[in-house]
Order: sequence, then C-alpha cells, then structure tokens
Amino acid sequence: MAERFEVAILGSGPAGLSAAARAAERGLSHVVLERHDIYAQTIQRYQKGKYVMATPDNLPLRSDIGFEAGTREEILGVWGEQAERLGINLRCNANAETVEGSKGGFRITLRGGEMVEAAHVVMAIGDQGELRKVGVPGDDLPCVQYQLDDPEAFAGETIVVIGGGDSAIENAVALARQNRVYIAYRRAEWARAKSGNITAVEKAAQGDSLDILFSTSPERIEPGRIILRTPEGSREIAIDRVIARLGGIPPRGFLERCGIRFPADRNARIPELSVTYETNVEGLYVIGAPAGAPVIKQCMNQGYEVIETISGHPVEPADQPILAEKLAGLPGRPSVDEALVLIRDQLPLFDELTTLQLREFLLDSDTHLLFRGEPVTRTGGRAGTILLIGDGIVQLDLTDKSGATQTVTRTTGDFIGDVGFTSGQRRTSNVRAATDCVLIEMARRSVIKLLASSARARSIFERTIIIRQLQDSLSGDLSEADLQPLIDTAEVRRFTAGDLLIREGTTDDQNIYFIRSGSVTISSSADGRETVFGVEPAGSIVGEMALLYNRPRTADVTASVDTEALLIDGAAFKPFLDARPDLRVKIDQAVHDRVLRGVAYQQDPWRGAVADFLVEQGIGEATNALLIDESLCVRCDNCEIACAETHDGIARLDREAGPTFRQLHVPISCRHCENPHCMADCPPNALHRDEKGEVWIDKTCIGCGNCSENCPYGVIRMAVPAPKKPGLLQWLLFGRGSGPGEDKLAGKAKKAGAGGGDLPKKAMKCDLCRGTRGGPACVRACPTGAAIRISPNDYFRSMTEMPS
Amino acid sequence: MNRAVRHESFLAWRNFRHLKWACVLSILSVGLYLGFDFPAGHNGGTWLGYTLGTIGALLIVWLMWFGIRKRRYGPGNWSLKGWLSAHVYLGLSLVIVGTLHTGFQLGWNIHSLAYILMLIVIASGAIGLLVYVRVPQLMTENRRSQSLDEMARAIVEIDGEAAKAALQLSDEFAELVRMSQNGTHIGGSFRRIITARDSGCGTARAIARAREISRNLPPVEAQKASELARILGGKLEIVQRARRDLRLKALLDLWLYIHVPVTIALVITLIAHIIAVYFYWG
Repeated sequence: MAERFEVAILGSGPAGLSAAARAAERGLSHVVLERHDIYAQTIQRYQKGKYVMATPDNLPLRSDIGFEAGTREEILGVWGEQAERLGINLRCNANAETVEGSKGGFRITLRGGEMVEAAHVVMAIGDQGELRKVGVPGDDLPCVQYQLDDPEAFAGETIVVIGGGDSAIENAVALARQNRVYIAYRRAEWARAKSGNITAVEKAAQGDSLDILFSTSPERIEPGRIILRTPEGSREIAIDRVIARLGGIPPRGFLERCGIRFPADRNARIPELSVTYETNVEGLYVIGAPAGAPVIKQCMNQGYEVIETISGHPVEPADQPILAEKLAGLPGRPSVDEALVLIRDQLPLFDELTTLQLREFLLDSDTHLLFRGEPVTRTGGRAGTILLIGDGIVQLDLTDKSGATQTVTRTTGDFIGDVGFTSGQRRTSNVRAATDCVLIEMARRSVIKLLASSARARSIFERTIIIRQLQDSLSGDLSEADLQPLIDTAEVRRFTAGDLLIREGTTDDQNIYFIRSGSVTISSSADGRETVFGVEPAGSIVGEMALLYNRPRTADVTASVDTEALLIDGAAFKPFLDARPDLRVKIDQAVHDRVLRGVAYQQDPWRGAVADFLVEQGIGEATNALLIDESLCVRCDNCEIACAETHDGIARLDREAGPTFRQLHVPISCRHCENPHCMADCPPNALHRDEKGEVWIDKTCIGCGNCSENCPYGVIRMAVPAPKKPGLLQWLLFGRGSGPGEDKLAGKAKKAGAGGGDLPKKAMKCDLCRGTRGGPACVRACPTGAAIRISPNDYFRSMTEMPS
Repeated sequence: MNRAVRHESFLAWRNFRHLKWACVLSILSVGLYLGFDFPAGHNGGTWLGYTLGTIGALLIVWLMWFGIRKRRYGPGNWSLKGWLSAHVYLGLSLVIVGTLHTGFQLGWNIHSLAYILMLIVIASGAIGLLVYVRVPQLMTENRRSQSLDEMARAIVEIDGEAAKAALQLSDEFAELVRMSQNGTHIGGSFRRIITARDSGCGTARAIARAREISRNLPPVEAQKASELARILGGKLEIVQRARRDLRLKALLDLWLYIHVPVTIALVITLIAHIIAVYFYWG
C-alpha cells in the first residue's frame, strides 16, 4: 500500500526545501523526494567556502527558512537546522522515475519500485539533471568520480580530468597544485570555458604538474590506468583517479515523460507554465530553475508561493510591490501585469523572455519618466548602464573627433549608450527628451544576461550597434535606410591579438574594417624589416585606401590586442560613397592625415619601435595608462607612496616592476581597458566603469579574486586594507607610525594575530583617484615629471609631433 | 599638443616659469646692490641688507617647506613637479640674494657660519640636481630591463648551471663554484656600494682561478673548464650590473644626507643669527 500525501515535492534544493517548509507550517501532509543522499545536492557540491550571493538584493525573501549571502557552509547549516526544526519530511535516495495520474491522485514510482501517492506534485528538480557519464567501459569504477568537493583532499596523485568546461578546468588547475594532472578534452581548443579559466589553465600548463591533452577522449578505464584516444593514437596513463566533469543531462526529457508540455522550440528549457507555476497537467507544478528562476532567492520564493496556491491562499509574487514601484511612473498608471504586457508589446527586445525572466530583468532596471526638454544625463550618465527608450523621442548631441556637433534623434525601441557598451572609449553627448519619454535604464550585467538568453534580443541589439557604429564613423545624418546596403554586407569579425586583418600587397578583396573595440597596428615589411606606421584605436576605419584609390593593400594591419571589427564589403561601400561626395571628402581627409602620420613614423623608426613596444604591452586596449620616462625618474617611489596614502594605505601600482623600452617604462598599474577583463566575472557586480573610463571597485567586493585572476596585466591586488595612521607631523616630529606610504609591516603584524587578523582580503586597483580633486595622485606627486597618465591614443598621435 | 600627453621635466615646468622668477629676483637684487651706495659700504645692516636678508630668510623657510609638501598627498590641483621646479630655481637664486646680503663681509662669527652652511646646502642641492639629471638614464641603461629581483633570480639560475657544469670536472672546480656562490656579495659596506667593487669577489676569483687551472688540463677538460668560466663570466656581468645599480641608487640618495642635515643646522644658525642681530639692535 503506497503512502499518500497532500503534496509530493521532487527535489530538496532551495525551491523544494522552501516549499516543504511552507507545507510543514501550513500543516499540509507532504514528502520531499530527494534523489541524492543529502538535501540541496547542488549547493553541497559547491567548492568549500564558496561565497553564495543573495541577489537580487532588492527582492524580499519569502520563505519559512532563512537565506542570506554567506559561505556555502553557513547557508547549508541554516537550512539543515531549520528543516529539522520545522519537521520537514525529507526522504533521501528517493529517485522518482515516473509521475503519473492527475490532480488528486498522482502516483510516483521510485527507483526500486516503491510507490508514493500525492494529490499535488511540485517538481523542484533543478536544471542540473543527471550528471553525464564518461560512457566508456570502466566509467563506474570507484576510481572514477563525477564531482570534486575539495581539491585539497588529494595530494601526490596522478589524476586525469576529463572535460573542457569551467568546472573541469577549475578542478584541474586546483588539483595541479599538489598532484600530477592531465586534462583531456575532446576538442582541439577551448570552446566553452570562461577566458579567465583558459588563462589560468594555460598558465598552469607551463609548469610541470599539468598537461593539456586536446582532441583526446577516453577509450576505457581500468583500475590504475586509463586508455586515451589521442590524435597520435592510443595512449595509456597510469592513474590514481579520473575526474570527469561533463555537465548534466537537462531535465526536459523527464518532465516531458511526466506529460508536461514544452514550447515548440526544441531547445526550450522552460515548460509552459501558468502564473502560479502550474503545468498543463492540473495539480502538477514546476518551480525553481526549470521554471526560469535563475537564482536561489527566487527559487525559495516560488517554493513558498506554490504551496500557498495549493493550500488555497493565493499570493502575489514577492517582487510585485517592487515592480509596482518601479513601474509606477508609467503613463496611465497601469498595474504591474498590464505594464508587463505593455512593455512586451512595445519592445521586441523582450519577445523571447518568459514573464519570470522579464520580471527579473525589470527588477534590476529602473524606469524613468521624462518630460519634454528634460536632460537625460541625470539617469544615463554612467557608462555601465544602457538606456532603452520605452516610449517617446530622445535627442542627442554627438561630438565627433573634430569637435563638430550634430543632433540626432532616437525613438521607441532604440538604445542610448550602446556604442559605449561595445567599445569602452569615452564619448560624450548631451541627451534630452524631445517628447515625454519612458526610459528603461538597464544594468550592464542584465543586458549581458538578456543577450545570452534570447537570440532575438541579440540580433536586435547587434543590428542597432552596427547602425550606430556606421553613423558614428561616417555621419550621424545617415538614416537606417541610407545604411541598409552596408548593413546587408556587414559582418562582425573578432580577432585575437596578432591576427592579420589585411596583408600588404594583396588585391584579393577590398573589404573595409570599422574598428569597434581594441586597436590595430599598421605596419609594413616592404623593405625587409617591419616598420610600424601607427596604431589605430577603436572608432577608426582601416582598409579604405585600397578601395578609394584602387590599388593593392599598402600595409599590414594586425590586431594589437583582442579586437572586434565590423567588416563591410568594398563592393557595397564604393557606390555608397560615390553617391555622397561630402562623405568622400571627409574620408579622403582622414586618409591624408593617416598617411602624414605614417610618414612621420617612417622618418624616424624609433617612434614605430616605441609604438610597437607599447602595443606589445597591451597598451592598445587601454584608455588611460601610466607611463614613466625613466630618464626623468629618480626612483623615489613617491608615486607609490602617494597612491598608498590616497587609498587605504595600499599602493595600487608597482613602479619598479613592468617592462622598459629605451627610457619608456610601463609600470604595473591599471590601464583602464576599453573592455575591462576584470569586469567579466564579478559576482557582486562590484566593478564599475565611469563615463570617463575609469574602472573601479565598490565596497561590495567579496574578495573572491576573480578580477585579479582575469586581469592579464596583474594590476589588481588582493589585500587587507591597512589601519589608519597618525598624521604626518606626528611621524615627522615624534616618530609615530610608519610614515607615508604603504606600511610593509602592517600585514605581517596582523597575521601574527595583532588585532583584525580575520579581516577579509579585498580586491584593490587603481581608480584613477576618481572623485579626488587634482586627479591621479601618482602623477601629482611625481617630483620630476617622469610619471604621466595618458590616453594611449593621444600618446600615439602625439608621437608623430614629438622630437625624437 | 596638450602638455599632459608628453613627459616634461621639472626643469622645464610651465615653460621655465620659476627659472624666470629666479632670474627676476637675482637681477633685481644685483640691480639694487649696484644702484645704491651706503656710507659704511654694503652690509646686512643697511635697509637693502635687511630687505635681502628678510627675503633670504623667508625663502629658506619656504624652501624647507618642500620637505613637508612632498609628503602631503591630499587632494588639490598641486603638482609636486612645479614645487620642485620652484625649489631648484629659487634655491639657486638664494646664492645671489644671500651673498649680496652679506655685502661680502665675512668673518669668524655665527653670521658667516650661517652663510657658509647655506652655501653648503645649495651646493649639495646643485650636486643633487646634476645627479637627478644624469643618473636615471644610466640606471635604465645599466638595468637592461631587469629589475634587481630579476637579476637576483638570474644569478641563482646561473649558480645552478655552474654547479651542473662543474659536475663534469674535478672537485677543485666544484670548490670554485662554491666559492662563487658563497663569496659573492652585492652591496654591503658603504665603500662597496659606492665604488660598486668588491676586491674579494668570489666569482671574479673563481673565474681567474678556473682559467689558471685549466691551462694545465688536457684539451677536452680544458674546454669544459672554459665553459664553466664562461658561465661564471655571465654571472659576474649580472653581479656587476647589480652592484652598479646599487651604486647609482645610492648616488640618487647620497647628496640628501648632506642636504637635509645641513639644512637643519642652517636653520638653527639662522635663528641664532637673527636673534644676535636684534641683540645688537637693542
């Protein structure tokens, strides 16, 4: 006789536990069926000490069990304790194989044949699904594992890690610290991993303890050895352990077998759901990740809400009041649900989002209602946000390099700040509402998330960016229709540093490149040795000479850093230009200027060599770099001292380190990259970029070290802020404290336990002394004029006028 | 082109603004000195003498303020470069202001002592200036893009190489490698730093000795020995560069050991000088 419950909850993650807690509080008979041997398996498997965020910050938690940001251990501790206190009926190792029946009488068959009956079923199974097995003989031997809790648990072993995703790489790198590790990946290069992890694994592979085996897959595993298929044939490695990190099988198949309907799209991960998370099968609910809740807090809220619905106490979603407030300014004062429909109708960008996704997106955005003539800068000043015009017309003044100003308009569905989004180069424009406007201010990270989750949003966004870039480079007067022939051929190309865009002397094509981000080096090897003519930053056009003057390519064009460029077919560009003589004159002038600059470089190869050196140091992607003229530098380190004095006693620059060419020294200090590597993966979104280009870290830094690892220039330090020091005169006259500059002993004293020993480390980097009157302290404090902070583009340009 | 995109020396700050001011001050002082005659001749007691003396004393106090100024890093549109520029040029003009203040009347007294101390401070400053102009470039050239730490690492690496090379040779050579490893010092005493030499340098001795021994070896071993000598020669080159680096760094600081203490002495004497003058007055 099967046991019978009011609610059966599948899965004991945040959503399942929260649902169970509510059921327990409501006195509903319930059971939680957990397929693993412990609750919240996914979080249990997080790396030891991992810091878990409680985003979105402004979303209230609605659950009977607690959750706030903290370490994995703290969170699991709270859950375990509260689940017990509330009397949650948790059954582990209960793997549901089928769910059949209908509301009032569901039958759940567990692996092993046991049966559970329930009036309602809540699926809270997460989106990890079952872990993918290696799928070769021996993949279930005890020496093969599919999880790694603590890399430090193993030492002195030979381990083969299979997989090429982030978790495989992270495991391999961590294990290689005290084991001999091979990482075997079936592809010929990294395809899925984050760039920070790729850098980390390649760096680790330079040591003796880690080998990367590309195009390699396992053939079979036997106790003590693994046979691999490599491009060179079979290879046997004696092993202590195999760790396979191959991801999971999405749970869609299981849900479909239970009769749940999905949208037509083959790749859809989210089933058709009502606002109360009910599926097409009445009485069967899906919550958590497969219901489109991407973060823990939302999962927990859904767990609560679904039980309230089942027990006959329907509630509004927890974010309702916040959204109501955010959307309150909309004309006509629509309700939240009406507003969501309105936004979706008005803006095709959101077409593919589920209601939940849209809600989450709006939670992280701000809506602004602007009256005619009101300036927009108040809302969209930061380069970290993008403004979407929800309704109305906005006017912008664009100022080009020559200083000429032009007024353009943007209407419903357009973005403002979009070029700033792809290229970090600073730009200013005066923006105001031409009619009453509704603007949606979107955070950079939300936009990235949006683009990742919706192909339609991606294509809309991409097209807008192409139009803006063309208008920006050519003329703001050009309408979308004018540009159509160019847009039709436009293609976005990505180049890694060192890739050739154009080869000197060739006549194969007459493509033109509009540099979108990064920079390119123009050089020639015509006379046998390479001469650099210059470096062209984002916003430049290259390759037009061949087309305009119908001649072979006059120079090599190489990506000096990772560069993104818009390729336009010359065959489309020529008639476009021929029809616009004014534009032709403008472009001729730009070519002329560049040729003159090239001549200056040519007359003095030293300039080219310096430019080449700077490009090699990655200065091509910088917006503001510290350069030291060593013939002026008296090595007093006042720059470092000033830095420490202005920033919590910790210097953010290392004057002595870093390369030198002739007398030009590039110290270790942030260059405020156009597309900051550090911002790629900041869990609390503590890294920001201001309109002037400075990249800075706010107080919410959790010290995870991602930014520091992602920075290719090693300019981010992880350190404990230094204690406050006595004043200057106290030191000067009475010898109190350690004097100006970084107190080298402070950290050590702390380690020894002299107070504050447990202070967490935080990421620290140059913020260009933002908000400090007078600008960067390092430059102000340089007594001899050796240190300057400059935009490399200005520097490259000024080099043509410099006496050598 | 905008000033900010170029490196500009403190000497040329704002188009030599402070050089110009210093010249104005100097020419004005000389002009007044030549233009007026006093019955008792020029001395500190005339109205001109008092004027020059007051200007000089205020200048000294202001120039000393640089020591505080350079350690204050608060916000503001100041530029230490500008301050140093002023410090240098106005400091040099003090030679003229101070000398004219004395009216060339010197003797064995506190007043002349103050004057002499002032000249020592200015002279040491001038030396510092020359050092600042010349040494940085030499340092960069000497370093060849290697920091001191990198040099130290390179030396350790070469030591390993040398030890390996010595394995194929007799024990005597192993002894030489040990001598090079343990007997090579970079820095140390003041004399060693400032001369960048070490007469007892283990590596130099080891190289010389290796050459000597290898003369009497059969050709195959002699070649191995000369290979070892070559490796140690590479080490010596880095060691000497490191020593030169320390020497140059010391030169950048050394003048300050005169400039600063003598300035303190100058202030004390200056106070005595001024009090004494008022004492005469009374």
